[in-house]
Amino acid sequence: MTALILRRLVLSIPVLFIVITLTFLLVRSAPGSPFASEKKIPKEIREQLEKEYDLNGPLWHQYAQYMWKVGHGDLSISTQYRNRTVNEIIAQTLPVSVTLGSMAYFLALLFGITCGGWAAIRHNEWGDRSLMLIALLGISIPTFVSAPVMVMIFAIKLHLLPVAGWGSPDQIILPAICLSIPFAATIARLTRGSLLEVLKLDFIRTARAKGLSEDAVLFRHALKVAILPVIGYCGPAAAGILTGSIVIETLFGIPGIGPFFVNSALDLDPFVTSGVVLVFSSFLILFNLLADILYFVVDRRVKLE
Amino acid sequence: MGGSASFRLHKAFVVPAFLAGALVLFLAFFYFFGGWTLSAPADLTLCNGDEPQTLDPGIVTGQLEGRICLALFEGLTTRNAKGDIIPGQAERWEHSPDGLTYTFHLRSGIKWSNGDPLTASDFVNSWERTLNPVTHSEYSYQLYYLVNGEAYGTGKLNDFSQVGVKAPDEHTLVITLSHPTAYFLELTSFQTLCPVHLATVKKYGRDWVKPGRMVSNGPYVLKEWRFKDYILVEANPYYWRPVPVHRIKVLPTNNAMTCFNIFYSHKADLILDTRSVPSILKHDIKEEPYSHSNPFGATSFIRFNVKRKPFDDPRVRKALALALDKQDIVTKITRAGEPIANSLCPPGYHGYTAPRGLVYDPAEARRLLAEAGYPGGRGFPDVNLLYATRGAEPQQVATEMQALWKRDLGIASIHLRGQEWGVYLNTQQMVDFDLSLSAWIGDYNDPQTFIDMFVTDGGNNQTGWSDPQYDQMLAKSESTADPAQRMQILSNMEKILVEDEVPVIPVYFWVGISLYFSDKVGGFEPNFVDDHRWGEFYIPGKKP
Repeated sequence: MTALILRRLVLSIPVLFIVITLTFLLVRSAPGSPFASEKKIPKEIREQLEKEYDLNGPLWHQYAQYMWKVGHGDLSISTQYRNRTVNEIIAQTLPVSVTLGSMAYFLALLFGITCGGWAAIRHNEWGDRSLMLIALLGISIPTFVSAPVMVMIFAIKLHLLPVAGWGSPDQIILPAICLSIPFAATIARLTRGSLLEVLKLDFIRTARAKGLSEDAVLFRHALKVAILPVIGYCGPAAAGILTGSIVIETLFGIPGIGPFFVNSALDLDPFVTSGVVLVFSSFLILFNLLADILYFVVDRRVKLE
Repeated sequence: MGGSASFRLHKAFVVPAFLAGALVLFLAFFYFFGGWTLSAPADLTLCNGDEPQTLDPGIVTGQLEGRICLALFEGLTTRNAKGDIIPGQAERWEHSPDGLTYTFHLRSGIKWSNGDPLTASDFVNSWERTLNPVTHSEYSYQLYYLVNGEAYGTGKLNDFSQVGVKAPDEHTLVITLSHPTAYFLELTSFQTLCPVHLATVKKYGRDWVKPGRMVSNGPYVLKEWRFKDYILVEANPYYWRPVPVHRIKVLPTNNAMTCFNIFYSHKADLILDTRSVPSILKHDIKEEPYSHSNPFGATSFIRFNVKRKPFDDPRVRKALALALDKQDIVTKITRAGEPIANSLCPPGYHGYTAPRGLVYDPAEARRLLAEAGYPGGRGFPDVNLLYATRGAEPQQVATEMQALWKRDLGIASIHLRGQEWGVYLNTQQMVDFDLSLSAWIGDYNDPQTFIDMFVTDGGNNQTGWSDPQYDQMLAKSESTADPAQRMQILSNMEKILVEDEVPVIPVYFWVGISLYFSDKVGGFEPNFVDDHRWGEFYIPGKKP
């Protein structure tokens, strides 16, 4: 298995290479300049700026210089935040997003699997239907609607939690809950659907016929199989949730990496855009690999190849 | 059945243990990596609008960066709470009768925040750095007023000793201007002309602006700077006078609703920026005791592309200007009490009378349009109205304008063209539009900041419009030492701009909105330049 993991990791290098190439070229081919401002900059100053950032000369040359730096672990400097390297920006903002994201991920798994399982047992009963309705709402209501409503209720009206900010543990609760809602809802629906399928299978009937308690049937046998589609979803979802969310981090004033995925492209900042895309792609590859390994551990029928 | 019982026991134990473990791990992670810092409490917290791009005063261009820079650095002159120019690092100055030579006398004993003495040569060397193209300062043109400033700044001259700034001794700075500049003392209070500690800049390069490294000379020093989280500044012990507020925390929150929530829940004392006030609330909170607004030297206007049909015809441009119901836009869309603008220069410049401009007159507009060959808007070619999609307001304003011109002139062929900010700026600079929704914030407290934009081929003209007479008048105004006469020339120039030739339609003047409770923040007075120096702030009822 080690050899296999290594092979997957080695294969991810060309993938990352292609991703970063496309990102850089796309940002550089957008009309406008990262140094544009309302005031026209004298030609001499603009030339110096472009030289400073290695954004002068033909595009292939800019690209070659950038890739040379990337190959040496240097993701270049931000054109927007002039005193910061991209490495520095990622190093400062990624841990914040990972902290918030892991809390949200934990909540999503906890509530998603519990509620999904509970709904499956009470299939078609009142509880199942209301839970699935809530889950449907959770999936369909975007966070830019749910988050301000939550802030309004819990922070402004009830004064239970701070409205925004970062730095103390109570400031993480509301954003983590808001961030987890759509994921928890999706996991709940996946768990329920998959569990209902599994509970119809022959081996469950056998287990019940052997006189096992309903808990043992559910937790020891059914869930183990039913969890497989959830794992398949959770891999890519982890990459998304851990690299931050522009909506949540902007609304709660959290200094994470999420807003950069959109704002750096709007600022035409080629290096930050490529840098954060690189981070996201790495996370995606890594968590897909982890999900595959987990598949293998949970279900021995799966062969890693 | 025994199996089932032990399973239950097992389960009862596993879930809480798992939860507790996860919580401990999580808190540990949060503590070590998530930025759980207990910073020193601040005496004043303010929302500044966004994360500063840099805090290097020579490089900074934006207003929100400028505010922090002017707390950390100080030029020869500074401003009081009312916005008037007062002595800063220079204790007094005099200028020659022709207005070309300024002699500044620095305060004695002034120091940098590390205790180094600050001398006149610090100014000379800092200005050399800012002007040098290698520093790529986008605002270096603020030093083009100096003799040979532009030549050095554009690399045509390599010998800085020929530039009009000299330090004959430690406390004296002699500046020679290339032409009389009525607002020169305004420029010396601006961040671009603040001195920097060159030894620190050389030592740390790009990193010199970081806490623990930055050496500054203003009322405050940089204490902490957590990227996108907060900036903490603390009173500079070496500043030439004590400041009333010891520690100020600056939040870079860029979402207006979040800013308002933070202020509303008393986690911030002051919202400085109009953009940090949610536009949907602007109107509703106007009467609240914490909402303060003031006229502000900025104007929203429309640029015509005069090189393209049909706007190459001044009658068409005038028709569109006369038919624009600006009152409708400020009461329906912007809603913060903005005055409508018929002139480009906002009212309030000392000694300046703006021309009357073109007042809303749809009948006259229809007549002019018919005269130009488009009676009732018939046959009017397809044109686009460019705007930036930064925030919702520009799009709403553009949509309203489209409807107003249809209503009053019958023109149905104006199409909206929204672009991302960076792309919009590029399109405007290439003059690749028909109509463009633009705005200008005055750089200094003088009408020239608006009027010299439209000189032939000026970098900020961006309309294709050119008038030799206008250029000559500008040159004449620059060599006129008599202030009243100069203002008259500028007013005549503006008349050409907004009444006769109309390459632009002024729409409305901006108002600055700030939120604070008067019993919590003092020393914050509305001023026309929207420039509030933090050294002037105090907390009412609290002795410094």
